[in-house]
Amino acid sequence: MERLSPKQLKRVWDDLGLDLAAHEKLMESMERSHARTFLACDRRPESMGMFDAALHDAHGQRVADLIEHRRKGGGVIGTFCIYVPDEIALAVGIVPVPLCGGSNWPIKHADRVLPRDICPLVRSTMGMAVSETCPYKRAKNYALGETTCDAKKKAWDLFGIDSMELPQRKDSPDRELWLSEIRKFQHGVEELAGRQITEDALRRSIRICNRRRALLREVSELRKKPEPPITGLDALLVSQTALAMSPESFIGAAEALLEELRERIRNGYSAYPEVGPRVIFAGSPAPMGHAKVHAVAESIGLRIVADESCTGARYYRGHIPEDLLTVNGMLDAIADRYFEIDCACFSPNSERVDNVLRMIAEYGADGVVHNVLQYCHGYDIEARRLDGALRDAGIPSILIVSDYSAEDEQRIGIRLEAFRELL
Amino acid sequence: MIYCGVDIGARSTEVILFDGAQMVEQGISASGHRPSANAQELMDRVLATAGMEACDLAETVATGYGRNYFRGADRVLSEIISHAMGVVYLFPEARTVIDIGGQDSKMIHLDENGRAVDFTMNDRCAAGTGKFIEMTGQTLDVSVDEMGQLTRGHTETAEISSMCAVFAESEIVGLLQSGTAPETILRGVFRSVAARTLAMAGPNAIRPELIFTGGVAMNGGVVRAMAEETGLEIIVPPEPRITGALGAAIAAFRG
Repeated sequence: MERLSPKQLKRVWDDLGLDLAAHEKLMESMERSHARTFLACDRRPESMGMFDAALHDAHGQRVADLIEHRRKGGGVIGTFCIYVPDEIALAVGIVPVPLCGGSNWPIKHADRVLPRDICPLVRSTMGMAVSETCPYKRAKNYALGETTCDAKKKAWDLFGIDSMELPQRKDSPDRELWLSEIRKFQHGVEELAGRQITEDALRRSIRICNRRRALLREVSELRKKPEPPITGLDALLVSQTALAMSPESFIGAAEALLEELRERIRNGYSAYPEVGPRVIFAGSPAPMGHAKVHAVAESIGLRIVADESCTGARYYRGHIPEDLLTVNGMLDAIADRYFEIDCACFSPNSERVDNVLRMIAEYGADGVVHNVLQYCHGYDIEARRLDGALRDAGIPSILIVSDYSAEDEQRIGIRLEAFRELL
Repeated sequence: MIYCGVDIGARSTEVILFDGAQMVEQGISASGHRPSANAQELMDRVLATAGMEACDLAETVATGYGRNYFRGADRVLSEIISHAMGVVYLFPEARTVIDIGGQDSKMIHLDENGRAVDFTMNDRCAAGTGKFIEMTGQTLDVSVDEMGQLTRGHTETAEISSMCAVFAESEIVGLLQSGTAPETILRGVFRSVAARTLAMAGPNAIRPELIFTGGVAMNGGVVRAMAEETGLEIIVPPEPRITGALGAAIAAFRG
């Protein structure tokens, strides 16, 4: 679909029932923080412009495209976290859109309807919904959550949002429950689309989602080099926008980016002006709009060479076999891939410790920055376990508990600077 | 050659001149609402007292909250490393440093060579810092300087459960109304500050020698509470506020 003018976009938002004045404030706040955090950086790859644009379009052109998609008979569903399998929705022409909020602006609105002492991600998401600043609230057919934590689970119930039940252990009855949830999701999207999933279509969407994951892994892979060609901050934006862009546009943009990054490696050109300690970013997600800890860490000279969070490796780890013959076989493989995600909602979750230790070795990291969203209890408590394992391995780590606000940027800087000096 | 360390904290600023072997001069002032300018004035004043000029300084290192905005320094150093260096210079056997200032509290763990190996700082809450103690003092109408003297020899301790600088006030008012003596309440406040600070050790052991620095270390009541909670001797430098600036000056000397 052709690009809409600002005036046409305004009409789209108006038709969706957005509070235009409030939405403009949200957009201003997002653009300002993006300009300050990303655009002001030197040595960015030129191809990052495509991802800047994707962030800019997330509330604009992308919405218009999806309305057009629905007009042509397709469907749109809102999803949260990284557990709702895109492959199944895409196979019947339903586009999944991530709704997790990363902006600080809507939080004050959430406080009218939710307790204040829950995580900023849930507050930001619901704040956008209640302040009528989320264009997807009406652009989607329905939203589907998951039961990764109490705040989400209870918020879904409060706002009448359906969810997939994610078990909290990884034993065989849990795996069976998960597969039945995957099937329920399959039937849901089939009903919405008015057609059955075919083997070809599912194989095709598996291939596309595999490709998206593989490209994200390749970007990450290049950061193993002594001179990383992309910063941890920009790699985060790539990952954030991968969730929001159409898979096809993302694949095109990521291929162009990779070409540029490989060229940088050939020329020994680093994305960092100075050599600093290599660290792994671990913990809670940083949804679009939130990049505070990445930005502060790199501004004081740490180099984030890998990201283990839900907006990092947790999102793009794993591969689904592409040579399976039956829909059932493919659904089973999809269930496996998503069940392997090492979210802190699982107890025990020893895979995560193993994954972090492996990443430290592979990426030559000197330390770990645990980032936990305030009130994200799973990651906060698990940080102690991870910290213990890191101590045993002689790897320094620091725990930063924070939200989306700017009030503690300075203090985070002070602590990370001291951490850098210790490394 | 003279080396200068400047520690620009949230509440106070310290300047130290160091000649490579000992402290030559020191100065302390409030950081105020224009910390960089005040730091520069303090530096000029300390130099004048020592009969020196800025051109006599071989190198100046700044540390503390305001370090990155201060133009008078050649380089900056985080307060963790500066405090560690300052403390180790004064007490070579130091293994644990507790520093409580106006808005922050930190614990630093040192190895046998006096190198900082781990640290914890309070994150986004002023509980357990100088500001918290100051505010409880306001509620009790006791100045920070009198607190240590007031509680000396007193043994009764109130249970203070609130750690919020704002809400502790209502808890304290409640205790006062029920007839609890201010000394008893203050001991409770000190005890809770000590407990909260010591919890920052996490999995690290609190090993002697334990050095207590920062403005709050001048409060004998908190020092006693810290000793009661740890069972260790608490060592407080003669001037506990200058260790950050001293460490910065030593860092300037070592280059």
